[in-house]
Parts: sequence; structure tokens; C-alpha cells
Amino acid sequence: MVERLVWGLRAYVLLSWTWVRVSMSYRASFVMLALGQFLVTGLDFAAILVMFSTVDALGGFSLPEVAFLYGGAGLCLGLADLLLGNIERLGQRIRLGTLDAMMTRPVPLFAQVAADEFALRRLGRITQSSLVLAWSITVLDLDWTPATVLTVPYLVLFGTAIFLAVFTLGAAFQFWTTDGSEAANAFTYGGNTLAQYPLTIYPAQAVKALTFLVPLAFVNWYPSLFILGREDPLGLPTVTQFASPLAALVLGGLAAWAWRSGVRRYRSTGS
Amino acid sequence: MTTAPDPLIRVENLTRSFVVRRRAGRWRRTAHEVHAVEDLSFDVARGEMVGYIGPNGAGKSTTIKMLTGILVPTSGRLSVAGVDPSRSRTELTRRIGVVFGQRTTLWWDLPLRDSFALLHRIYRTDPARHAANLVEFTELLELGDLLDTPVRQLSLGQRMRGDIAAALLHDPEILYLDEPTIGLDVVSKGRLRSFLRRVNAERQVTVLLTTHDLQDIEQLCSRVMVVDHGRLVYDGSLAGLRAQGSSPRTLVVDLVDEREPLEVPGAAVTRVEGPRQWLSVPADASAAPVVAAVSARYDIADLSLQEPAIEDVIHALYSRRG
Repeated sequence: MVERLVWGLRAYVLLSWTWVRVSMSYRASFVMLALGQFLVTGLDFAAILVMFSTVDALGGFSLPEVAFLYGGAGLCLGLADLLLGNIERLGQRIRLGTLDAMMTRPVPLFAQVAADEFALRRLGRITQSSLVLAWSITVLDLDWTPATVLTVPYLVLFGTAIFLAVFTLGAAFQFWTTDGSEAANAFTYGGNTLAQYPLTIYPAQAVKALTFLVPLAFVNWYPSLFILGREDPLGLPTVTQFASPLAALVLGGLAAWAWRSGVRRYRSTGS
Repeated sequence: MTTAPDPLIRVENLTRSFVVRRRAGRWRRTAHEVHAVEDLSFDVARGEMVGYIGPNGAGKSTTIKMLTGILVPTSGRLSVAGVDPSRSRTELTRRIGVVFGQRTTLWWDLPLRDSFALLHRIYRTDPARHAANLVEFTELLELGDLLDTPVRQLSLGQRMRGDIAAALLHDPEILYLDEPTIGLDVVSKGRLRSFLRRVNAERQVTVLLTTHDLQDIEQLCSRVMVVDHGRLVYDGSLAGLRAQGSSPRTLVVDLVDEREPLEVPGAAVTRVEGPRQWLSVPADASAAPVVAAVSARYDIADLSLQEPAIEDVIHALYSRRG
């Protein structure tokens, strides 16, 4: 089991690195794509800046605070997208039959699908989000404590883990409907768009759904409340603000189960 | 049939059914069970080269997918190199090589050289073996000039050679080829066949190949299995397959002069063209008395006996089950 995991990771790195080398042989195209993603994701933040030119707060949050939420969500999605983004093309691979070819190789299927066409251009979103996050940290008027400082990498780690699980769930779904990638996108990229803003701008029911149903609020909202020293508008116990690992674990377990069932279904239907 | 004491591949009563849903009215759907492979049994001994033929949808690819472990059988038993393919799929991958003729298993954007290097690391093949294999296959398959070309820029024939080299680099015991010559020109087919013959003879690689090109079978396989509607309808030698067929043989007679259709017991004229006439001899009858009668009664310039085309034989086999 452990051996298989280590081998899967090694193969993942090996395959991903191969794709990095390929993309580097088309350097100009790589630079254009990365820059393009940097600019397009930057437009989101430009929209927030425009809003703040007429208002002083969004849902009770100042510009640096919104920037912190925006940067945190974007960085988590960006990292998950870089590590696992191509998994959403599973349906296409099933239709083309390339999944069958992968199944004849001595590498765990998940590692192969995750690494296939690994695209470093996704650093564009990561760079943009990191810059916004870094800027927000320098301008936030906070008394940083060791606890709040450590919560920043904690937020990135578990936020990324949650998005990884959501990507996997979306892909596993495609074993049942090969055209499911759009539905999956609604949760990943759509989830990111929701989490970029203070959840106080949404109805309480929506926030509850994002906490208990599709726990995307644990990506950055709850840890950020702790870092920013904000009260939880839903009035949930403080422990909720540290429940991200639990959310990541539950979603991760669900994703692993869905993936396994999906592969089993594929092998028994051949669809 | 050659059956070694311990066959490399053993298939017993293998069945694979799919549930196909059809629309019946606006909302209702009816589920039909379709048997892609039904009660299939055969053995393949180490070192054999077996042709697996049948019309489209007969169950050839389904069988290959079960033998590689991609598909789980509905029922029946399956043993490949001593293991159950669907249970030990990952373990088995190192011992088999697979080529899907319709699509490449190589990386589209990678030059062949990089694909091969990647396969080396994925399969963790012994470096010396890998290097030796690479040199040999590069030479035999004439890949030298192509190694630095990305796969997407290769022609179909070049890509197929690359795919076959890739499938053999890790020294597999079994090679599955699903329509390896599809879409290739005559020269490429010939080159590929001689390579496969060599691999089979020198490396004792057991080969199972599906094809629609019967020349592949005639030139490569000592044994042929014919599958139709998921069932095995013939398993044996190519000569036996010919004899099996109810297709008549044809006696072509070149007469000295043009004349009326010949009258010979045991044969019937099917075509007349100037001094040449074609006589049909039933498959189960001997041609000798017909030849004797013709040469005794008429002045002939030449005689030749034609075996039925293998296509006709197989076509007859398929339509018998219709």
C-alpha cells in the first residue's frame, strides 16, 4: 500500500516533469499562455478594485480584507489546478480510448491521469493570487501573533487539499456521464468565484450550504475569520474555524471512494 | 491444436455481457443484455502466434480487453501468465505489450526518443536490456531518422512501428496486437510482418493479433481463431479453415479451341471466356477424376486448380451463423 503510494507519487513527478520539458520546448507559447492566465485572473481583482472605488466595504470587509480572501481562495485553487487540473478531461480520455492505454501501464491510473499534460502555465493564476495575498498581508492592520501567522500556510495547505478532492470528485463523476466536466467546473472554478468574496454578501442559507453541504467555506473563509479576528456571522462555535482538516479529510475520503467506484464501474461496463 | 501442458493463456467459458439501454417512448428506456463474448474457451501455448479474426462487433476487442485486465469478465475463468488479469492488472502490465492499431499508446507531443525513455522509467526495465532492445528495434523497424520527431508528426506506418517498438521495450512475454496493419500500405505491412515473425521466432514472444487483413494471418499465423457473435466458430490451422469451408474449388481450363460449355461429371461450368472455361468442383469431392475426364475428352492447352479464397471461406463461416 505504502509502496504503491510512493511509486504513484514518483511516477506522477516523472510524468509531470516530462510535460514541463515538452512545454519548455515551445517557450514562446508557454510564456504567452502563462501571461494570459495571469492577466485574465487579474481582471477579477481589477473588478474588485473598481467596486471599492465607490464603496468602502464589501459585506462589512475592507479592501485589504477582501484582497486576503481573494488571494487565499485563488492560491488554493491555483495550486490544486496545477497539481490535478487535467483530471477534468477524464471524459474525453474515455471517449478517445486513451484511458485504456493507460490501464496497460504499470503506474496507478490516478497518477497517470493527474499528470497527463501537466501544465506549468497554471503558474499564472498562482502568481497573480500570491501577489494579491502578499499585498493584502502588508497593508492589513493586524496584530500578527504566532497563531495567526501559522494559520496562513495552514489555510493554503488544507484549502488546496479541499479543492484537490473536489477536482477528483468531479472527474470520478465522469465515469458515469462522460460529459460531466462542466458540472464539475461549477464546483471548482465556480466555488473559487464564491470564495473570493466575503461570504457575508450571500444569504445565510447559502453560507450554511457552503459549510455543511459542499464545504468550500473551509477553503479560506473560516481560517480567514480567525486570522482577521472577525466574528463568525453565522455564530457557529469557534472550533469551526479550525475544522478545515476535517472537511479536507471527509471530502478526500469521499473523492477516493468515488474514484475507486468509478474505475470499478468502468472496468465492468467498458463504457 | 497445440496445447502445451501449461498454457500461457487459458480461457474457460468466458462470457462478457453488456447492458444496452434503448429509448422506448419519451421517458421509458428498456435494458437489453447483449453478449459481446459468449462461452469462449481456448488455450494459447508459449511461443504461439495466433490470429484472431471476426467481423466488426464480433467480440475481438472485448476479448483483448479482458485478457489485458481492462475489462472484468461477466463469468468464466481467465488465466494469463499464471494470474487473473482483472485482479492483477498492474502486475500483469510488465509481462504484456499491447498495441491498439486505431490509436497510439505513445505520447502525442513527445518525440519517440523521449517516449521510449519515459517507458523505460515507467516499466523500470533493466538499463542494459532497454538499451539493447532500443538498438535492435531502431534498426529492425528503421526508426533511426524518426526518433526526434514528435509522434503527432509521424505517418500512420511510422507511428505503428513506434508503437510496436514501445510495446516490446520491456521484454513482454505476450504481445497483443489489435489490428496492427489497419490503414498501412503494402510495403509497411510487409515490413511489419517480417518484424513480428522475427520477434516471435527469436524472442519467443507469444503473439495474439486481431485483424481484418487475411494476408496477416496467411503470412504470420500457424493458428487462427474465428469469432462471430461472441462465439468461437473455428480454432485450428489455416489449411484446416480452408478445408472446413463449403466453398467450391475452381478448375480453370484453357482449351485449344473455343467451344460450348464442357460437360464433365462431378463439375459444372460457371464461366466461359473465349477458349478459357471455369469449372466449379465441390469442396468435399476430389478434383482428380474431374481433371482426368477433362483431359481425356477435350484438347486442352493448360489446366489449373484454384483453392477458394480464404475470404470466401470465412464469409461462409460467418453467414452460417447469421
